[in-house]
Amino acid sequence: MTTVETATGSAKTMVLNMGPQHPSTHGVLRILLELDGETVLNAVPDLGYLHTGIEKSCEDKTYSQAITLTDRMDYLNPLGNNLAYCLAVEKLLGLEIPKRAQYIRVMMVELQRISSHLVWLGTHAIDMGAMSVFLYCFREREEILKIFEMFSGQRMMTSYIRIGGVALQPPTGWRAAIERFLKMMPSRVDEYEALLTENRIWIGRLKGVGVVSSRDAVAYSMTGPTLRAAGLAYDNRKVFPYSSYQEFKFDVPTRMESDCYARYLVRVAEIRESLKIVEQAMAKITDEGAIKTDAPGIVPPEREKMKTEMEALIYHFKIFTEGFSPPPGEAYVAVESPRGELGCFIASDGSPKPLRVHFRSPSYINLQALPKIVEGQLLSDVIACIGTIDIVLGEVDR
Amino acid sequence: MTESPSPTSGVVVETLRAWNPKAIAEVIEYRGETTIVVPRELLRATATQCRENAKLHFNLLTDATCVDRYPVEPRFELNYQLVSISCRDTVRLRTRLDGQNPVVDSLVAVWPGANWLEREIFDLFGVRFTGHPDLRRILLPDNWEGHPLRKDFPVEGHRDTPVSRDMFKKSAPL
Repeated sequence: MTTVETATGSAKTMVLNMGPQHPSTHGVLRILLELDGETVLNAVPDLGYLHTGIEKSCEDKTYSQAITLTDRMDYLNPLGNNLAYCLAVEKLLGLEIPKRAQYIRVMMVELQRISSHLVWLGTHAIDMGAMSVFLYCFREREEILKIFEMFSGQRMMTSYIRIGGVALQPPTGWRAAIERFLKMMPSRVDEYEALLTENRIWIGRLKGVGVVSSRDAVAYSMTGPTLRAAGLAYDNRKVFPYSSYQEFKFDVPTRMESDCYARYLVRVAEIRESLKIVEQAMAKITDEGAIKTDAPGIVPPEREKMKTEMEALIYHFKIFTEGFSPPPGEAYVAVESPRGELGCFIASDGSPKPLRVHFRSPSYINLQALPKIVEGQLLSDVIACIGTIDIVLGEVDR
Repeated sequence: MTESPSPTSGVVVETLRAWNPKAIAEVIEYRGETTIVVPRELLRATATQCRENAKLHFNLLTDATCVDRYPVEPRFELNYQLVSISCRDTVRLRTRLDGQNPVVDSLVAVWPGANWLEREIFDLFGVRFTGHPDLRRILLPDNWEGHPLRKDFPVEGHRDTPVSRDMFKKSAPL
């Protein structure tokens, strides 16, 4: 740590380079901090270390091929990314999805939300110096990943949600597995809260730290738990419902304090709300029924049909060689990811490959408020602020 | 997923038309989404109106992105996705820019959240925003040549161009 000359720095201030390999940045984020003693005067995030050009790659793939790319953006929320992308393509095509498939999607996405919040809670607790919570959170996350493996064969990059429905029928014994999880989870959330909520160190590190007013939060386009912790009950599942969310009963937890501690409380409350939604979805999913919409030429035919019917074989061949062409036009769909509004904008020019695919990633947008949040805070609080914004760098850089 | 057009979209168009008839060049309704095409010169004024007018109150700019329609001119299409939290409404503002001089007023003064969105568009499309406080590349290295999301930029990059040696040496200015 040496004093360096900078454009804004004076003799009194010091510039500290944080990252890109700092463990608490949860990926490869670099922040240049201008410090006066321990107080942050200015912060300049530097990103792009994980930029892989996913949006450009999507333009060179057919609509169904791009699904696997979406898995890899926000790697803690692959199913949510699949959902945003598939909903946007379906909107372009004007496809109606069977109710059963919609409920399966909701159930999977809510399980994903719980697992994402668990990773957040565990890693944030480590950042704040509480090692054990991390181990407990990952123990429960493992159970969710096992459920994903049961449904799709993959633990993380599931690509389970497809254009027109979901990839596979729910496997044998899925109800028992999810019921077991639902039975276990509430007491486990109580355990985390017992460890943290009243913990003096936890409160000391988070309460009153990183306050952002609701006016600023909206002005900086923040969404998700960060906005809800500032007192605004803005949740896409309620405001612009998609995938039949209007049929589910759940609350949108909000807090007024708008500090790091409020964001923690909102996320823990969201885990409990998601458990409610999973339970309702499970009751709504019937044992038999369609998981894909009947749209020949868009949704691949079943293996059985492909072997016996000529049309099915032709459609199969056409989908996997040429793809399908939505009519020219644009569609924007926003879903509520664990981090905020995840939007997918697709422009079609009537060809089998999209003209433009854009992802409005919540981490990227929420991160831009970081300099505003950490201004005047202590250096150690920067870590708490980054943590509670909950960024995933894979999604920030895309 | 066919939806009826949002009930308030007529109000948005009428209110804007009453404010300045020239502000609306075209209204596109597609799949339940309303897109209002705005002339380039009036973009900032219209955006300010969308935010400040009590009837509209589009206080949240959720997304901004660009579409390159090369070789059609005007090739660039900027799309701003606005949300009114109080009215539960959403609308898209669009403006078209030609390839020769892709310059448009920055909306950072209207929504501070437009900052990184515009930097991303500048970085990947080369559209310049006048009045932007900090128009630097954001995802790519500062000395990257070209704008990769343009349609005339090959998907695999310019293979024959040697990568400049000090590409990763220069740090971002503070």
